[in-house]
Amino acid sequence: MTSADLLDALREWATLLARLRQFFDERGLLEVQTPLARAYAVTDPYQRCFSVIDPANEGGVAGYLQPSPESAMKQLLAAGSGSIYQICKAFRAGESGANHRTEFTLLEWYRVGYDHRQLMDEVAELVNELLGPLPVERITWRESFVRYADIDPVVAEPEALNARLPDSMRITTPDAREESQRRELLDRLLVSRIEPNLGQNCMTFLYDYPAGQAALARVRAESWPVASRFELYIDGLEIANGFHELKDAAEQRQRFEHDNRQRQREGNVEVALDEPLLSCLNRLPDCAGVALGVDRLMKISTGADSLVAGSPP
Amino acid sequence: MASYSTNEFRSGLKVMIENDPCEIVENEFVKPGKGQAFSRVRLRNLKTGRMWERTYKSGESVEAADVLDTDMEFLYSDDDAWWFMNPATYDQVSADSAAVGDNAVWLKPQDSCTVTLWNDVPIAISPPNHVVLKVVETDPGLKGDTAQGGSKPATLETGAVVRVPLFVEEGDLLKVDTRKGEYISRAKE
Repeated sequence: MTSADLLDALREWATLLARLRQFFDERGLLEVQTPLARAYAVTDPYQRCFSVIDPANEGGVAGYLQPSPESAMKQLLAAGSGSIYQICKAFRAGESGANHRTEFTLLEWYRVGYDHRQLMDEVAELVNELLGPLPVERITWRESFVRYADIDPVVAEPEALNARLPDSMRITTPDAREESQRRELLDRLLVSRIEPNLGQNCMTFLYDYPAGQAALARVRAESWPVASRFELYIDGLEIANGFHELKDAAEQRQRFEHDNRQRQREGNVEVALDEPLLSCLNRLPDCAGVALGVDRLMKISTGADSLVAGSPP
Repeated sequence: MASYSTNEFRSGLKVMIENDPCEIVENEFVKPGKGQAFSRVRLRNLKTGRMWERTYKSGESVEAADVLDTDMEFLYSDDDAWWFMNPATYDQVSADSAAVGDNAVWLKPQDSCTVTLWNDVPIAISPPNHVVLKVVETDPGLKGDTAQGGSKPATLETGAVVRVPLFVEEGDLLKVDTRKGEYISRAKE
């Protein structure tokens, strides 16, 4: 990269940040900054946090770099902040590739009084403002499997899911008894058969996830238990993940404990539960929140082939 | 036995897959939101040259293959063996037809080749990208036809057959691109 190219990339990055701030400032959201390192890691079985070592304290762990500012921002919401946004660095150990960096920039915002559908509309407005008008497509998680992999993911047996995978993605011994393997098959199908079809000449919202993938979203009892969660895809790439936020501390605790049991089964370390988060959830206002990968947005807007915009050479 | 975890995967890494040594050509880190991470890997089977695709869960590991690319000098061939020498140690190894494959027609004594050794046995040979070979047989070019840009087949000293311009004659030395099997130019040497 020449120094002129670098300067262009830096300016482009700064312009994007300024436009993001303008979007939210005009709408009356308050910009906040929360700690990048907190005393708690996340229980998500597939997420690893960098620990921060304190050399002054015999090299003990002083905290964990946060994979998203979600916990801290929810504490602000519970304390009465109203709608807030944040642009910050987030950290995910072990995630590195064309579309992943261990350190990346996240835009996260919460809308008091919104549900996930209203928040999807606002995400679409933001993307339209940044990338130019794009048609909006909405498809439920379940319907996407029916449409693109010709299978109903809610009722299908593991063998049937496995048979829908491309050869190179198949699992050698699908085991119907193993819950985590069912999840793995669904993830593999999503990545290989569904995602490449999403956001082609449009932005696609995938929404209403299975309850097992609710994370921190509310679950609604419909014909099957559905999580009020969505993801945005553009050009087959996941850009944002949003929830109608769960504010039931007891249910959230059960999910965290469930995560920890799965960590144990897979031989990973258990993680101390985020008590400050759990203890504030019952005071959380009704709200919806979303995290958007700014590096990926930049990648799409510039047509780059990796996430290096604005990085030093 | 040494092994590599998925987080060490990178292109060029040599690993054992189904008892065959393979080279990672492309490694894609994939992680659906809130889902499990895995590596989608494209590999070249170093024995057959075929491309394979495999998917590994993050954290899985794969046995390392004891594979080494070495520059060696081609000496000669007899029956079903092609002999190469390490110019530093003078060690000699013989490669069989499975390892040499179609590249046999580009091997000229004293040329330096890349020999891929697996457990010290050659499994693949890469000739130089460009070799100079003598024409041993070709039809005489027709007078006045040179401007037409036509071509004709020519057989080279190693048995290779390439398309050449009409002005090329028997006894000419030709520079040939071994990757495409194409004539580049006449050579002096």
